[in-house]
Amino acid sequence: MDLVTPGVGLIFWTALTFIIVLLILRRFAWKPILGALDEREKSIAESLEAAEKAKQEMATLNLENQKLLQEAKSEREKILRDAKTVAERLVNEAKERAIEESNRIIASAQEAIRNEKQAAMTEVRNQVAHLSLTIAEKLLRNELSNKSTQIDLAKSFMNEIKEN
Amino acid sequence: MKTYTNRFLLSFFLLFLILGISVPPANAREGGNEGEKFNPKDMIMHHVMDSYEWHLLDYKDANGEEHPVSIPLPVILFTDGSLDVFMSSSFHHGKEQVIKGSNVYRMDEHGHIKEANGKKIIDISITKNVASMFIGALIIIWLFTSLAKAYVKQAGKAPKGTQNFFEMIIVFIRDEVVIPNLGEKHYKKYLPYLLTLFFFIWVNNMLGLIPGGANTSGNIAFTMTLAVITFLVTNISGNKEYWGHIFWTPGVPKLLMIILAPIEFIGIFTKPFALMIRLFANITGGHIIILSLVSFAFIFKSMTVGFAASAGVVVMMFLELFVAALQSYIFTLLTSLFIGMAIAEHEHEHEHAEHH
Repeated sequence: MDLVTPGVGLIFWTALTFIIVLLILRRFAWKPILGALDEREKSIAESLEAAEKAKQEMATLNLENQKLLQEAKSEREKILRDAKTVAERLVNEAKERAIEESNRIIASAQEAIRNEKQAAMTEVRNQVAHLSLTIAEKLLRNELSNKSTQIDLAKSFMNEIKEN
Repeated sequence: MKTYTNRFLLSFFLLFLILGISVPPANAREGGNEGEKFNPKDMIMHHVMDSYEWHLLDYKDANGEEHPVSIPLPVILFTDGSLDVFMSSSFHHGKEQVIKGSNVYRMDEHGHIKEANGKKIIDISITKNVASMFIGALIIIWLFTSLAKAYVKQAGKAPKGTQNFFEMIIVFIRDEVVIPNLGEKHYKKYLPYLLTLFFFIWVNNMLGLIPGGANTSGNIAFTMTLAVITFLVTNISGNKEYWGHIFWTPGVPKLLMIILAPIEFIGIFTKPFALMIRLFANITGGHIIILSLVSFAFIFKSMTVGFAASAGVVVMMFLELFVAALQSYIFTLLTSLFIGMAIAEHEHEHEHAEHH
């Protein structure tokens, strides 16, 4: 019966000891230990989260880079294409202008040639007229050096005038 | 690998050493006198019960007279409003009486202190169990405050060594015992109590296993006090729904309530009562089994039986080491379960509603 009869002394001391131990441990042991555990768990969770976030950021960054690269590439292509068209246009324009210019030059050359020809023709005509006059004068002079020829000539003139 | 083998051998050696120490006192005291018959019941009761002195061993002097060797402990008595404090050695192991003023104290054959004139005594002596409990308290206070210092010192770093071992247990209690029963919302309030409870019971269980130690956690006064604390914590934190469930269980016909309410009401007391009995019976039972096995050696007075009994004691010791941890775990688990039931909010009723 002794075994199952609780003694007052032990009850008193157990209660007192337990409560003192509880108060001491709560203040000086569990508070810092549980706090440290909580903190560590929180920091681990945060680190994991940060890592996950960094990973995601990396991915978005990568994607952005890819996009940027793509954009740069297309930009380059566009610039090249534009440059090509501009160059082509320039070449074409130059060609056209050259053709035009040459046409103009040809036209003016033809004009000049025509003018020169005209002038030459006039010159030739003048020269011929002058030569024929000289020849005629020389002939006349030769013809009129004797009397009979003069009279013949005058007679022919007279005839001509009469006929008129 | 080698260190593990060495450790194993060392612990084995220590175990035998322990057995070697624990056996002779019993031999010297109970079985020593050839003519005297060895009484296992008295020996076991002597070991399991509380006492005013910490008995270590007995020796026989040249005249064949037996002398017990024990550590005297303070006796503190309230008798008729007067406080008497003296060392238990004043009784000379029960052979002499102690006179303090008008009070005459005597030790009866069961080791209880009685006042010669039949005055009522309130006895709050530092008995063997109390002393052992103080040692246990000092151990856990020292252990966990130094552990806390380690946490402060290397904040943010990984735990190591002892810190790691106890952190494992603390985290286990928190995550597997307390949080599932109390819920994320309330557990922080009760966690210090439950952790202290676990380690307090455990350390006292372990101290009880040391040969020559006291059976503190196997004493009904000890288990009763802890059970009463659980009872108080549970019922003080009990919310409206908890009391509602006890006196007016929802969804039960009124006629049935007349029977159910008293049963539920008794349930408030039976739960901590079961806690008290469980711890007391498990720890005291373990001690009795080990002491019974040891008794075989003295009953049969044979080497063979002695060795067989020692082997049995080794096995039982390992089992008791496990039981020491298990019982403190169960006490903590059930306490958190009871508190959890007392502070549970609505979920419980929803569950009921779903079942109907």
